Amino acid sequence: MSSLMSGSQILLESLAREGVEMIFGYPGGVTLPIYDVLYDHPIRHVLVRHEENASFAAEGYARATGRVGVCMATSGPGATNLTTGLVDALMDSIPIVAITGQVPEHLIGRDAFQEADTFGITRAATKHNYLVKQIDEIPQVIHEAFHIAGAGRPGPVLVDITKNVLQGKTGYHPAAVLRPLRGFHVRLDPDDEEIEAALQFLWASERPYIYAGGGVISSAASDELREFAELLEAPLAHTVMGLGALPSNHPNFISMLGMHGSYAANMGITETDALIGLGVRFDDRVTGRLDAFAPKARVLHVDIDPAEINKNRRADLGIVGDVKQVLQKLNNRLRETKESLGTHNRQKRAVWRARIEGWKREHPFAEVYDDNEIKPQYLMKKLDEASGGEAIVSVDVGQHQMWAAQYIRFNRPRLWVNSGGLGAMGFGLPAAMGAQFGNPGKLVMAVVGDGGFMMSLPELATISSHKLPVKIIVMNNGWLGMVRQWQELFYNGRYSEVAMDAFPNCELLAAAFGIRGRSVDNPAELETGLAEALAEPGPFLLNVNVTREENVYPMVPAGGAVNEMILGPPKPVAVGD
Amino acid sequence: MQQLISLLVENKPGALMRVAGVLTSRGYNIDSLTVAKTLDPTLSNMTIVVNVESSTHDEELLIKQIKRLVDVVEVVDLTDSQAVTRELALIKVKVSPDMRPALLKEADIFRARVVDAASTSYTLEVTGAGEKLDALIGLLHNYGEVEMIRSGAMAMGRSPKVDHREAFAEASRVSDKVRETVKI
Ligand SMILES: Cc1ncc(C[n+]2csc(CCOP(=O)(O)OP(=O)(O)O)c2C)c(N)n1
Ligand SMILES: [Mg+2]
Repeated sequence: MSSLMSGSQILLESLAREGVEMIFGYPGGVTLPIYDVLYDHPIRHVLVRHEENASFAAEGYARATGRVGVCMATSGPGATNLTTGLVDALMDSIPIVAITGQVPEHLIGRDAFQEADTFGITRAATKHNYLVKQIDEIPQVIHEAFHIAGAGRPGPVLVDITKNVLQGKTGYHPAAVLRPLRGFHVRLDPDDEEIEAALQFLWASERPYIYAGGGVISSAASDELREFAELLEAPLAHTVMGLGALPSNHPNFISMLGMHGSYAANMGITETDALIGLGVRFDDRVTGRLDAFAPKARVLHVDIDPAEINKNRRADLGIVGDVKQVLQKLNNRLRETKESLGTHNRQKRAVWRARIEGWKREHPFAEVYDDNEIKPQYLMKKLDEASGGEAIVSVDVGQHQMWAAQYIRFNRPRLWVNSGGLGAMGFGLPAAMGAQFGNPGKLVMAVVGDGGFMMSLPELATISSHKLPVKIIVMNNGWLGMVRQWQELFYNGRYSEVAMDAFPNCELLAAAFGIRGRSVDNPAELETGLAEALAEPGPFLLNVNVTREENVYPMVPAGGAVNEMILGPPKPVAVGD
Repeated sequence: MQQLISLLVENKPGALMRVAGVLTSRGYNIDSLTVAKTLDPTLSNMTIVVNVESSTHDEELLIKQIKRLVDVVEVVDLTDSQAVTRELALIKVKVSPDMRPALLKEADIFRARVVDAASTSYTLEVTGAGEKLDALIGLLHNYGEVEMIRSGAMAMGRSPKVDHREAFAEASRVSDKVRETVKI
């Protein structure tokens, strides 16, 4: 009889076999059997203070480590609270597995206490989901869930398990092999014909431009990307998801493109004749008005998801495959042909690079400084210095996110953690926790707005409880800044419901949670405050009061053409002009 | 306009919801949908007819997004194909005794069979392409009040089964334009 195991034991055993070391979760009635096993199980459980933050923390863990993140919640409200993180992971293609408990099978459909149709609710929030009603299915389902979450285009998978299954007992048979998934196929490597066509495409170009996104990070193709950019001697812009794939100080790097992208990146995209999209999805925040996006270019688009090719912009040459494998093959051919085919248009490409350099010089991200006030851009410069390109920076959503993307540099991938596609406020702090748990000993900064910080407040308890050395930097402008900016620019300055007043005193707030904290108001204080935060071995809450009404530039108004950027505030008109 | 889609899906709870979800979340109205087990009982076949009046309709994208579902084994767009499509209708017509012979003659032309006869009505069963059913139903209105239930279309492609590898190669195909114009 001793060989019988409960469904909960089998679940944790199956998770352990997938290499899970940590679960972010929150217990409840139907998951009691799991928590009873967790009580003395080697898998570590981190008790967050809200299930939404469990899903964000699992994402932060996955984004910063490249491993599958795991979160867990009870039925009903626990499961619905997880949903925002699932959609976030779906939008940004982040591999996480969520485990939820479900009411016992005989109560399903009877409006039982804390019953929700989790399987139905999360259908559109996941890459795939399961409802497990048979104890024997657990090992296979968990094995499949991890496979689906990580393979091909990564994404979230949810496994909903009824309480009777969690409590039932059976013999345990580990899932040694994956049962065949007849509907799930991943094409990784391109064929030679595609590579040769791409080679011709590249060497024929006069003004090549590399547009690289999160897919490069998912496929761990940074080295290949760098070699590709160098072989082709082409400028490279990242999406907000791609930052860090190419080191920010690489000479070919022209920063981020899109709504708050650099002038050089957005001018370049408008003038290029050969756009090379790598692991990108031509998102509207990148393209602006589609018919004005890269109007002179033919497009080579590489993505692992066939549904991305031709979705928003028709590709002249679409290659379905893993970016890493495609670039490896392409780099080999580029190297072999650099002195033959590569001499074609070489002069024109040199002229193109000079033009790009000109745009870079003309309008770099502005150096903004004031003796008496902390300019948000200056704060980001200081954080950049503190990081030296090596810290994990997890941001929330809003103005601070865009300034951080513009000013903070990254030497490698998986340092920049942000909610790109969904733009979910409340993401930054819990994601930083997940990133720190996955990278103990590494400097992790949660750079958040005053609005988003208020959404994550309860997690100060989690951070305090684990003495997690996250440095929380609140860029406090007193507003829901990004919304205020749009109200200023597009709604005649009618600031409607965007003031974040009654913000707590951060020193007291931090102290109330048993951590250290401080507020700073001018550049001199910022200097010492930041030094204090960095020197602190534990967590630190640094509230940085910045200039209240600063706007993020350049800005492409929503639906506008990317080369029609607002570059800065309107110039004051001189008297007599 | 209508798009005719044939799918092979895992015979599992939720498979229908997933496919329907892709359609409804994009605002498509489903005109008809049939599902049944195949010879392999672990798989179901679905035929879906969607109404695609919408100007933003992109049939290629729709097919790819359905194909992306883990439970979808195969999906083929049969809209402009030579596929055989059939539909079944059960039609109840109120008909007076003197009109019955004429009705039966007309039913015969459409190969419709009487499956139930009552004192005041006949129930006919008919299969065929959608237009044929429409035509018969139109005629029957001349006899009396008509009640009808239709199964929705079932379609079978005429080409052999689709190979997913081919489908990927297609998604990643090199467009002719590039082959011709981008050459050193
Ligand atoms: C959950 C959620 N609700 C609303 C929004 C809309 N939104 C985008 S940015 C923003 C303002 C964020 O304010 P804050 O956190 O103070 O950051 P700031 O823009 O001031 O840097 C809002 C409300 C959102 N992105 N996410
Ligand atoms: Mg703010």
